[in-house]
Amino acid sequence: MNEKIKENIYFTIFRFCSFLSLVILLFFLLFVIKLGVGVLDLNFITGMWQTQDITKGGIFPAIVGTFYLGLGVAVFSVPVGISCAIYLNEYAKNTGLVRVIRLTIRNLAGVPSIVYGLFGFAVFVQLLQFGTSLLAAALTLAAMTIPWVITASEEALKTVPDGFREGALALGATKWQVIRTNVLPAALPGMITGSIIGLARAMGETAPIIIVGATFYMRGLPDSLFDKFMALPYHVFILATQHNDPLAEEYAAGTALVLVILIFLMTLIAMIVRYNFRKKRKW
Amino acid sequence: MGNASGEGVKERLIALFFAANGILTIVILLGIFLFLAIIGLQAFYEISIIEFLGMDWNPDAYGEPAWGILPLLAGTVYIAVLSLIIAIPLGVASAIYIAEIASPPLREILKPAIEMIAAIPSVVLGLIGLIILAPWIANIFNLPNGLNALTASILVAIMALPTIISISEDVIRAVPDSYREASLALGSTRWQTVSGVIVPAASSGIVAASMLGLGRVVGETMVVLMVAGNSRLFPVSIFDPVRPITSTIAIEIKEVVQGDLHFQVLFALGLILFLMTFAINLASDIFLTGRQMGR
Repeated sequence: MNEKIKENIYFTIFRFCSFLSLVILLFFLLFVIKLGVGVLDLNFITGMWQTQDITKGGIFPAIVGTFYLGLGVAVFSVPVGISCAIYLNEYAKNTGLVRVIRLTIRNLAGVPSIVYGLFGFAVFVQLLQFGTSLLAAALTLAAMTIPWVITASEEALKTVPDGFREGALALGATKWQVIRTNVLPAALPGMITGSIIGLARAMGETAPIIIVGATFYMRGLPDSLFDKFMALPYHVFILATQHNDPLAEEYAAGTALVLVILIFLMTLIAMIVRYNFRKKRKW
Repeated sequence: MGNASGEGVKERLIALFFAANGILTIVILLGIFLFLAIIGLQAFYEISIIEFLGMDWNPDAYGEPAWGILPLLAGTVYIAVLSLIIAIPLGVASAIYIAEIASPPLREILKPAIEMIAAIPSVVLGLIGLIILAPWIANIFNLPNGLNALTASILVAIMALPTIISISEDVIRAVPDSYREASLALGSTRWQTVSGVIVPAASSGIVAASMLGLGRVVGETMVVLMVAGNSRLFPVSIFDPVRPITSTIAIEIKEVVQGDLHFQVLFALGLILFLMTFAINLASDIFLTGRQMGR
């Protein structure tokens, strides 16, 4: 009886703990929504930014900048990440090199984003002379995103049954034919959803783009890879900390709300695609 | 015949292409280390290690700038310790609940929900800290403002939770069912089984999860930049404002002249950060693989 009571007490505490973080978070998000929703209107989403009077302008350039950035990161990180996963899962044997690559990937995933920012500044901004630009930022964030894409892609490859490979090999297909016709079509949806979740995270990053290219105000939209750009997370940061307009906080919350909606939508769409794909697949 | 060997060459080139992408990851990691080291270590032509390990950080001082990183390092350590004190018990308890106690449908909801926390951009958490949490903390503890180590630690702890929960849950679920059954068959209650058998069996994995959480905490930039208060003074209490290594880099990198001493010192700070997280990740790796080999 005594033991039973003890069990109940402990289990109740544990249940409380696991709901606590979610409840706190939900509460915080609701607060951002409540504070930010007031500034959301069509002009805020589609208007150009006005620094003099923040109530007149919109965050359209920041939305476009974040979108361009996500596109750039995808172009640089997804092919490399997927190729690396194919190497690890399809070609590589358990050699020393492979163990080193796996250890490297786990370590890359743990490197702080601000350190990626310093790296990107030294390599892309300075050494390669890209300047603080969209290109430098996309490459920097791509380096950070690659380990996430690799991990997600390898998981997708692992769900493809060996029978798919062996069947094709038995019919005389070469390794690459097997991968191209049998493995990739089965794994691609999983790879893409995993990559989208990674991209969403990269688009929410602030610290690296402080260093390599984001700006708070620019005339028009970036029209070359070597232009600076506005971005939603950086916009939130500056409005929240370095703007002295009394309304800045509210506009920071509004911008944060747009960013969170964007990221959650991307993540949610990826999850739904993956769910449907899993339901449809026949193995 | 010529065709067949042509195929062979093509196959080998394709294999080589994929391998090259694998090796690229090593190039990136080495590149990060080398660039930080080459630029950062140049700082030591001009300042001594002893000065670097001093108590006073004041790079902008006219005439005689001071390069002591101890206040910054203390800020990083304060936030790391405080946030882990919050995050580890909360995270491990949540992981035990999700893995051992929650019903399967509830688990299917809780796990992705907690992983969604990781999708929240840190700048948004920082904003929440500025608008909501800091005023609360100031009110509760009667402080002039709530921008201090404690406020930042609470938010950073939330950021570390998904890592700690997700990995701890995986290792707890990986404990073989025979352990549970043997314990229950001997007449233990579920709590005795959890506390006496399952948690000890998963302990090295839980340590690894906590270390990965530590890695995230040490490298977190935006939250500490926005709510930790950014004071260059050596912190004494948890209510003191602090300026950890990460936020020092983020604040000062925009103000420095490229290539000058201050710029180099910031890269040296980046190198320290990199080596810290590298060591933490390596250690957690050893805990995780050690556990797998032991089985």
